Amino acid sequence: MKVKVKFFAFLRERVGTGEITKEINEGSTVADLWATLKKDYPKLAPVEMRLLYAVNRNYVNPDYALKESDEVVFVPPVSGG
Amino acid sequence: MRVKPLLINEKRFFFGFFLMSTRLTPEQIERYSRQIMIPDLGGKGQIRLRQGKVLVVGAGGLGCPAAFYLAAAGIGALGLVDSDRVELSNLQRQILHSTLDIGREKVDSAKEKLNQLNPDVEVRAYPVRLSADNAPELFASYDFIVDGSDNFATKFLVNDAAVDLGKPFSHAGIVRFQGQTMTVIPGKSACYRCVFQEPPQPGEILNCQQAGILGAIAGTIGSIQATEAIKYLAGMEEDLLVDRMLTYDAKTIKFRIIEVRRNPQCGACGDKAERRSHEFRQRTEV
Repeated sequence: MKVKVKFFAFLRERVGTGEITKEINEGSTVADLWATLKKDYPKLAPVEMRLLYAVNRNYVNPDYALKESDEVVFVPPVSGG
Repeated sequence: MRVKPLLINEKRFFFGFFLMSTRLTPEQIERYSRQIMIPDLGGKGQIRLRQGKVLVVGAGGLGCPAAFYLAAAGIGALGLVDSDRVELSNLQRQILHSTLDIGREKVDSAKEKLNQLNPDVEVRAYPVRLSADNAPELFASYDFIVDGSDNFATKFLVNDAAVDLGKPFSHAGIVRFQGQTMTVIPGKSACYRCVFQEPPQPGEILNCQQAGILGAIAGTIGSIQATEAIKYLAGMEEDLLVDRMLTYDAKTIKFRIIEVRRNPQCGACGDKAERRSHEFRQRTEV
């Protein structure tokens, strides 16, 4: 199944684009998707921090099971002020 | 016989003080007329702003615009916490400071400008770095906290201390073209730690000093923080940016709201809250 993935703040810079469409296995969770993305984009590999995961604009836990056409957003915390 | 006139004077003094805080002078009505005419605010809301006290943590990119608008709006007392001095590289975004202020304490420079803008506002300068030890004392006399700090350690400290002390606050972070902000009403809404749990490892995320920031982004987000403080003080609690994280990408001009919710396992407002409150209480008692 396909999901739309959006990257915010420095994640976007590491991926090189703000939005991609990703083919994933049925029953994949947000954590599974993130693990796959880390393999696809080596610059994401060192990111160990807790991110804000949102599916269809709602906050979800990493074990959330994704569905066809879901929009997944990864938001890192931002420190500047 | 000498006691009586003194009592009368005291009564007059306190009555006068009471009137000052519950009524607006003609000059104040004129100064704030453009916001008093907003039905949601009105004269009643303006008096509430005048009775309100806001603490701004950091007199930098976010704190400057937030404090500027709060002072302009007629907040009763405005506290500023920052231990830094003004540097040339601050001036493209920290709009309370000028070239002539380089080397001055930021809180003094900011206080001077805020006093010039609005002498009605009592500006209190705290030239210290916020710590777990001084946070309870600094937060105690304020109704709302604006977090304009520039590092994760302080952002998590503001969250934890505010949650423990039951102080509503506005969180925000900015870098390059990006900003994010959320408002927290302790005990009612999700807190910053509910969303991000813990600070990233040092160096994992670049800060403004390392990654850069467009000054106007600080203005956008800092102004939202001031707006939230004003809404809270004016009694518009139901419309605050709570249980929602607002993200702003200025490059593509996209605002996005992500619904968030309280995390029962949150280290600040979840099950562990009692332990942490105890730590803060101990510090307060000492």
